[in-house]
Amino acid sequence: MSGADDEPLRVEKLNVYYGQFRAVHDIDLTVAAGEIVSVIGANGAGKTSFLKAIMQQADRAEGSIHAFGLNLRTMSTPQIVAAGVALVPEGRRLFPSLTVAENLRIGWEIGRRGSITLDRIYSWFPVLAERRDQPARRLSGGQQQMVALGRALLANPRLLLCDEISLGLAPVVVGQLYDILPKIRAEGISMIVIEQDVVRSLAVADRFYCFLEGAVSLVGRPQDANRDVIMRHYFGG
Amino acid sequence: MTIDMLNQAIQGALIGGLYALFAVGLSLSLGVIRFINIAHGDLIVLASFLLMSLSGLLGLSPFVVALFMLPLAFAAGYWLQRLLLQRVVGESVLPVILVTFGLSIMIQNGLLQAYGPDTHKLHGGQIEVASVHMFGLFDIGFFPLAVFFTAIVVIAALDILLYRTSIGARIRAVADDPAAADLIGLSSGRMYAIAMGVVGMTVMLAASCMSVWTNFDPAIGPSRLLTAFEAVVLGGLGSLWGTLVGGMVLGIAQNLGAQMDASWQILAQHLIFLLVLVLRPRGLFPKA
Amino acid sequence: MTGRNQFMTGLAITRFALVAIILALAAGPWLFDLNQQTLLTEFFTLLVLALMWNLLAGYADIITVGQHAFVGVGAYAFYGLAVLADVDIFLAIPMAALTTLLVAIPTMAIIFRLRTAYLAVGTWVAAEVMMLIAGKLPGFGGGSGTSLPIPVVKAFGATLSGRVSTFYAMSFALALLAFGTTWIFLRSRVGLGLTAMRDNEEAAGAAGVDLVMTRIVCFLWTAPFLGLAGVLVTLQKLRVAPSASFSITDWTIYIIFIVVIGGIGSLEGPVIGTILFFLLRGYLAAYGTWYLIILGAVSIGVILAEPRGIWGACRRWGIPDLAPASHGPKP
Repeated sequence: MSGADDEPLRVEKLNVYYGQFRAVHDIDLTVAAGEIVSVIGANGAGKTSFLKAIMQQADRAEGSIHAFGLNLRTMSTPQIVAAGVALVPEGRRLFPSLTVAENLRIGWEIGRRGSITLDRIYSWFPVLAERRDQPARRLSGGQQQMVALGRALLANPRLLLCDEISLGLAPVVVGQLYDILPKIRAEGISMIVIEQDVVRSLAVADRFYCFLEGAVSLVGRPQDANRDVIMRHYFGG
Repeated sequence: MTIDMLNQAIQGALIGGLYALFAVGLSLSLGVIRFINIAHGDLIVLASFLLMSLSGLLGLSPFVVALFMLPLAFAAGYWLQRLLLQRVVGESVLPVILVTFGLSIMIQNGLLQAYGPDTHKLHGGQIEVASVHMFGLFDIGFFPLAVFFTAIVVIAALDILLYRTSIGARIRAVADDPAAADLIGLSSGRMYAIAMGVVGMTVMLAASCMSVWTNFDPAIGPSRLLTAFEAVVLGGLGSLWGTLVGGMVLGIAQNLGAQMDASWQILAQHLIFLLVLVLRPRGLFPKA
Repeated sequence: MTGRNQFMTGLAITRFALVAIILALAAGPWLFDLNQQTLLTEFFTLLVLALMWNLLAGYADIITVGQHAFVGVGAYAFYGLAVLADVDIFLAIPMAALTTLLVAIPTMAIIFRLRTAYLAVGTWVAAEVMMLIAGKLPGFGGGSGTSLPIPVVKAFGATLSGRVSTFYAMSFALALLAFGTTWIFLRSRVGLGLTAMRDNEEAAGAAGVDLVMTRIVCFLWTAPFLGLAGVLVTLQKLRVAPSASFSITDWTIYIIFIVVIGGIGSLEGPVIGTILFFLLRGYLAAYGTWYLIILGAVSIGVILAEPRGIWGACRRWGIPDLAPASHGPKP
């Protein structure tokens, strides 16, 4: 079961370990072409470890991970990015001493060529064009998140992995960022959106996976899901 | 201040160019990879011996040989990082210090085995004896001026590489946050290797200037490392232009120390370093 | 549980054997001939240096490449006190240790402005400075050094064999003292913090271990021991000289190889490393430069393969610490 060439992601029996600790247990997860999949779960549910494993940045992982028919387990992170999978890491992780433009350009240089250019990112986030020559560390949290998103998009991914874009940001700013997601989908990019904020996340998703203590506790469509059921699988018990 | 002392100070400042060439590579590896290469001085000496053998074999000036060797020096630095140093890069600096320390001892004794303990000096040709007469007071050698100018060109080139090119931006990105770089698919190991390749080129240039300017033998690597280190710390950690000023301060201190008594030359260099460390722990030109 | 019992018995036997060896060494002057005593004197001296370097690099995260500084200071202080100031030699020895400590304080104040990698090279600069100054002190023979006067030498014994035994006894006592007190020190409150630092500096800081104070205590702790080792070195060579008393090869380079190969961050490692060093030297010293090339290559190999050296590998195979410092694996 390696997945078809047009299937953005097929993860089977994934286990991720940090030393003796197993952070992710036997996770199966797929993303269909054009789909936005939301992964929700409490702190420590294994969401970030899951994304790191896809990017081949986990300490130790077992199981199979295929994207667009490619076996990611045999690839390096730069190869994975070049193949069209890009990550917006948790906590933004910009390069603080580099300017906004330099941060963005790094995304362009390490990725694939495609329709998303620096100019388009600036048109989506005009404030970044104004501040392009400032060091990233001087930006507000929301602006930094825009750069992190832009940096990943400039790699022209076919699958975008977003880890907690709303973390620590004001609701207004989060709204601005989420407004971009439909534009991203319109480019034909599939997405995994990881969030602790269930409501925000389910509003944009086609399907969702709920993680609990490293395993999938619930899978479904937002419109079918009952709030109490989700909460039970979110917190356990 | 007598004319003689002024003359000594000017000559010392020019030696600073040579010391800056020792120091820029060390500064780059400290700034980007955040480790100290104990074998840095020994690599300069190793390159000097290579230049000696090759220029003797080919009958060419060591400067010409050094220019042809630059790509090789890049490759040597690149693979040194990839194959050896990258394995010990991490949170703790202890393994890197110990590995480069072992490397330093191996190079020193390998050279001793291959070339013996004698001191050598290479011939740079006419440029060594030519000089200009300035202000009707001092004779300034053409060669020291040329080395000083080389140091300025090398630092300017590194400045452009780091701050005006895309590869430079990637190197600085990895220096900022290597884990973040790896996470988004910018391989920190590869950027480190490229940075060490550039360090290798500065080592080759430093070797060509040093081997013509001063005597060298297999055991002098550590003193070159200490000079490079002091220039880096004096100039302000992470400041490339600072290394030139740091080198000049050391050179002036050496020459003025030697004015008192020849045996004071090196002691004066170290003492001025310790003095600045006490007064300005972050160096003369600390980066923000 | 028989396997476990056998294991415990094995450990008990090993420890018993170690105690027997130590007792035999204490009777050294009656058991060994003069050559063996001289070799063991050198062994104990290097062991003291290895224990001190390991305490700094393996626990306190102070990587020094300038350990030879304080060996030289101890040597010169002893010469100055015993020969130039005419102090009674058995008073001059502790005073030399005290002098080393007094020199260590301002040295530390300056070089502790540097951290981690910078500190390593900073200690080296400090050592260079002290060696150069030693060569300028009046009365010490300048750059070529000077010999101990006969009366001072004779004060340690009228005959050659008497002196060899005295030096043997002194170096054995110093090694025991260094090992014993360092062990007790590591099991003290400060030592607990050190072991925490060795394992995880950030966590130790978060748990309230005063990292700066702990580093200062460790650095100053080693100084008198290094100074006393310098006195022993002077007695073995019967002279002081900048290049010999402040020898980076003998008192720092060899020591780093010893600790790295034996096992950094344990008390057993320096002992194993020193034994191995003497065995290797016996076989390889004839090869001169190759000896050092091989030592360099071996130490690089050890760091790549097993960063905690031979004792680290032993620990991984489940051998418990013979001298557990604060928290060894509980058997």
